[in-house]
Amino acid sequence: MPRGSRNGDTVSMREATKDGTLGRLLKFVVKDRKAIIALILFFIVCAAVSNVTSGMFIQIIISNVITPALEDHDITPYISNLVRTCCVVGALYLLGIGGTIGYTQLVAIHAQRIMADIRRTLFGKMETLPIKFFDSNSHGDIMSYYTNDIDAMYQFLGQSLVQFCSVGLTLIFCVCMMIWNSIWLALVIALGAAIEIIFSTRMTRANRRAYQHQQTAIADTEGFVEEMMTGLKVVKVFTHEKKSLEDFDEKNQNLNKYMRRATIIGNTMMPVLNNLGNLMYVIVAAVAVVLFIFDVPNVSLQSIALIWNHNSLEPMSLAVIISFLMYSRQFFVNFGNLSNQFSQSARALAGARRVLNVLDLCGEEDNGYVTLVNATKDENGNIIETEERTHMWAWKHPHKDGSITYTELKGDILLDHVDFGYVPEKTVLHDVEIYAHPGQKIAFVGATGAGKTTITNLINRFYDIQDGKIRYDGININKIKKDSLRKSLAVVLQDTNLFTGTVRENIRYGRLDATDEEVEEAAKIANAYDFITRLPQGFDTMLTTDGGNLSQGQRQLISIARAACADAPVIILDEATSSIDTRTEAIVQRGIDQLMAGRTVFVIAHRLSTVQNADAIMVLDHGRIIERGNHQQLIEKKGMYYQLYTGAFELE
Amino acid sequence: MAGTVKTLAHSIGEYKKQTIISPILMIFEVACECTIPLFVSALMNYLQDSIGREWVSEDTTYIIVVLCCLVGLAIISLLCGLFGGITAAVASSGFATNLRHNIYEKIQNFSFENIDKFQTSSLVTRLTIDINYVQMSFSMIIRMCFRAPIMVIFAIVMAFLISPTLSWIFVVLVPIMGVALYFIIVSSYRIYKQVFRKYDRLNESVEENIKGIRVVKTYVREDYETNKFNDANMDLSLGFTKADRIVAFTNPVFTFCIFAAYIAIAVMGSYAVVYTMPDGTTGAFGALGVGDLSALITYGIQMLSSLMSFSSILAMIAMSGASAGRICEVLREEPTIVNPENPVYEVKDGSIDFHNVAFKYAKEAEKYALWGVDLHIDSGMTVGILGTTGSSKTTLVNLISRLYDTTEGEVLVGGVNVKDYDLETLRDNVSVVLQRNVLFSGTILDNMRWGKQDATEEEVIAACKLACADDFITSFPDGYNTYIEQGGANVSGGQKQRLCIARALLKSPKVLILDDSTSAVDTKTDAMIRESFRQYIPSVTKIIISQRVSSIEDADMVIVMDNGTINGVGTPAEMLEKNAIYQEIYTMQHNLKGDAE
Repeated sequence: MPRGSRNGDTVSMREATKDGTLGRLLKFVVKDRKAIIALILFFIVCAAVSNVTSGMFIQIIISNVITPALEDHDITPYISNLVRTCCVVGALYLLGIGGTIGYTQLVAIHAQRIMADIRRTLFGKMETLPIKFFDSNSHGDIMSYYTNDIDAMYQFLGQSLVQFCSVGLTLIFCVCMMIWNSIWLALVIALGAAIEIIFSTRMTRANRRAYQHQQTAIADTEGFVEEMMTGLKVVKVFTHEKKSLEDFDEKNQNLNKYMRRATIIGNTMMPVLNNLGNLMYVIVAAVAVVLFIFDVPNVSLQSIALIWNHNSLEPMSLAVIISFLMYSRQFFVNFGNLSNQFSQSARALAGARRVLNVLDLCGEEDNGYVTLVNATKDENGNIIETEERTHMWAWKHPHKDGSITYTELKGDILLDHVDFGYVPEKTVLHDVEIYAHPGQKIAFVGATGAGKTTITNLINRFYDIQDGKIRYDGININKIKKDSLRKSLAVVLQDTNLFTGTVRENIRYGRLDATDEEVEEAAKIANAYDFITRLPQGFDTMLTTDGGNLSQGQRQLISIARAACADAPVIILDEATSSIDTRTEAIVQRGIDQLMAGRTVFVIAHRLSTVQNADAIMVLDHGRIIERGNHQQLIEKKGMYYQLYTGAFELE
Repeated sequence: MAGTVKTLAHSIGEYKKQTIISPILMIFEVACECTIPLFVSALMNYLQDSIGREWVSEDTTYIIVVLCCLVGLAIISLLCGLFGGITAAVASSGFATNLRHNIYEKIQNFSFENIDKFQTSSLVTRLTIDINYVQMSFSMIIRMCFRAPIMVIFAIVMAFLISPTLSWIFVVLVPIMGVALYFIIVSSYRIYKQVFRKYDRLNESVEENIKGIRVVKTYVREDYETNKFNDANMDLSLGFTKADRIVAFTNPVFTFCIFAAYIAIAVMGSYAVVYTMPDGTTGAFGALGVGDLSALITYGIQMLSSLMSFSSILAMIAMSGASAGRICEVLREEPTIVNPENPVYEVKDGSIDFHNVAFKYAKEAEKYALWGVDLHIDSGMTVGILGTTGSSKTTLVNLISRLYDTTEGEVLVGGVNVKDYDLETLRDNVSVVLQRNVLFSGTILDNMRWGKQDATEEEVIAACKLACADDFITSFPDGYNTYIEQGGANVSGGQKQRLCIARALLKSPKVLILDDSTSAVDTKTDAMIRESFRQYIPSVTKIIISQRVSSIEDADMVIVMDNGTINGVGTPAEMLEKNAIYQEIYTMQHNLKGDAE
């Protein structure tokens, strides 16, 4: 259940701080925008200050205006007091509103920039990762870095982080004001806060556990749904509908159980925190009333300051109580918010950790220094480098002494005693030896898993060999820069993998500087020109994801045209026609034949009919070449190939 | 929209009680929460009045009563909040469970036509992601949707109880805030809708890159793709920023309203308090005690913050509207094939007739996928069907087990129109091995018992022997208890096909249809399977679709399909003589053989 455990992951604030996730995430935030972060913090302070002023405001009005005016039963003498206070507070409020606008706008802008930055970094990193990463992680898992994890991180950066700051600040101010007003009452609040902290950490922990169980149950159900929806037609054919529903109900009920548990915890945390706040409010009121009635001297920071000036302690006043009550309400509302944010950030931090782990991965290593250049020959037959496309290439080989030699690219490939395994302990290719001379067609035949595709993975260095050597025009391919190596090889795969864009863009993918004429020429070579011109918008027809609006055969023709456009001297065809029916295959085959002319070709074939005219056929079995030779020779040998050919043996 | 809600509400089912109780508890909670400030302010006013006079025991009693009420209210509020949350959780997860069940059940009744219309991946999305959104909205609706507006109403009522004159402040502020929120939501929602579409496209292109990474790398297009991504990423980010900046105004608007309330209450409140005389006469702003000031402000905050959360809930619900719509599409879809009223429960024999059959996949389609088919197949015959991709071979055989209904004409099995049979009877007697076949995760025995639920191990072994699958199954360490992974990933293509044939055989059908089901099986085994069919199930009508001429060379009858209709029918010998397509395929495949010999 990989998906369940994956999304069920949560990372608490403490863990994230310890393993550096939080720090690194913050680095993304601060990067290049220290001034702006400072500005945002300043605005948040403004907003928080003016928020806290409110409580004080009423207190001042009560003690400076209302109480004296009540005694006189006349407000007129105190109007100037009232107006002055209102003006000061009004100004503070304006500052607060300004601050709020300031930080919310800045956060809106920069949270998105940061997200874009993270997405960009992630994608850029992904493109450099070795094929191994893509082979060992499911596509769904890689995708969810971009969807689930990034979305969760946005929640954190766009909301939680700001809330931490603004709520945290408000809380601090609140506490200060409370202590300023009455230490007795503040102690009551502290007691309440302690209870809330204990409660919310317990809840958060329970929540994490329940959430994990729930995610496991979800993954279980979704896995079942996916399998059953894929096999839906089989279900119908076997009239298995009732049984399938029964099985589903079982999983569904199980999911209900865990989901209910998780939701209950999630649903009750906030109401309970809020109501505990209400309860504390009431208790504070009660304590305050008792203090008031018994004329208990009110100890507060304010009064301590007064004692300093040899004044006696004043008893609890109504103004103090009223404003204190407002502070306590503000305190508990914000406190609830803060614990909620803490509990919510666990998922975001888990996502952040996963994304950061990807960023930590090593990209493909490339120690090559031999590069591919366009070349021509001077009158003496010496190879010289040139800027223009000459349809002739050379390997530019710099030496330690500073001299540079050029070797003409011919497409001569030699595999010399090559051993390879995807994991060190399991060798999948044993002592493979292959010579492909320029212009030759080499075919690989064998069962699934025999190692055919692996060989091509080694030639373009998607994977590196463990033992032996691969030489390209006599140069060890480890010395060739990967980009140059791959540019010299065109590949047509069974999965066509076209990209969203026009037909023209897809063909040009092979060589970005190809002119329109060259693109059309490539289409002609691939035998794709006719059908493309018959498409509604011809070469400008938009292809949807993976070319869904074309037939399988047409898509394959476009991918052949793409390879033709690349115009590389070596071509690898990896089961290029295996998912097409015999008649369509004939058309595609013609395209391939034209593409192959004059190039070194490696063909991995599913149908033996396509490899008969190869110069050499390698029959692979369990990672070893067990037979080699041309079609005629192998038939005469009456070995494995013969058995395959006469259909006496299963290929798949 | 109302229809959608009605369709979905049906899934509340046995959780009706919780669905109703939960909002009621929430309302009680709100009531308590709103009453608390009222009591507190009464308390403060009382204390205010007591200043300067003698404290008597009645005062103490009064204070104690009020404090007890307050504690009581806070506890009731806590309990209501707690149980409200619990019942809402039970209701929402129960609702989601029922909804999943209902959709799943509905899908089980789908015909192939319905399935084609929706497609597998979209059905999965509807059963998973869409349900999540709808569940979230449901939970919001029962927890918050009532709570928030009622909070506003309660708070206003309470405010009026305290001071009718001052409460007009809120009557002014609430609509101001409401209108502001309305504009924020409407204008941002419009942008979000577009931006989310862009977001989907960006993710699609990421997916393309992941799937096509080999292509990217072989053509050394990493930088090109990265640049492409960066452009789209920037574009997306700008779009989101635009919408987020609008939404960001919610907070300042809220702050503004609160602050305005503070100042207005402070100014007018001061006048009111000062001119409220002990004898009951009041000034221009009515009667007010000191304690009422904070109560009024508390109510103001409560009403405005509820309004704010209400608006974000509405936005969330609106966002899930699309999901709700997609789910309803499934729930409202009528299965195009249902059991007839007085079905026939017995299939006499395996004879098959097509009378002037034409078929198209959609009513609106101009082109018939199949047309002009007249055919008679005797019970027990072996029939081979040949033809290129797209020549409608599969379409033809799918009509026999009524996976699709004919558009014109009729199909008879055992002399009875397939539309008159009980569906289960028909499909148990006409066993199809589909082209895209699927094994399910479970042991081989489990998979085989799809054909017959109570099949004994002996029966299963017999069927597997018939399909030439017994040999390789027994070679597995766990034999028939070998666990097949999802999609049959741990058996080879040929093995999978043979298992699928065995599974179909377990039904003991009268008609067996193999739709290109031996393509990955070697010719020798293929021949052995056909031979065992001939020997052990001679009375079963066998229809074999194949790309290989060798698979159908010994059939009693060969049908060549081309372009949606029958191109020729006859014995293999006749066809070789007179049918051009058959000849072409025959020579193509036999020439290759010729080389070999």
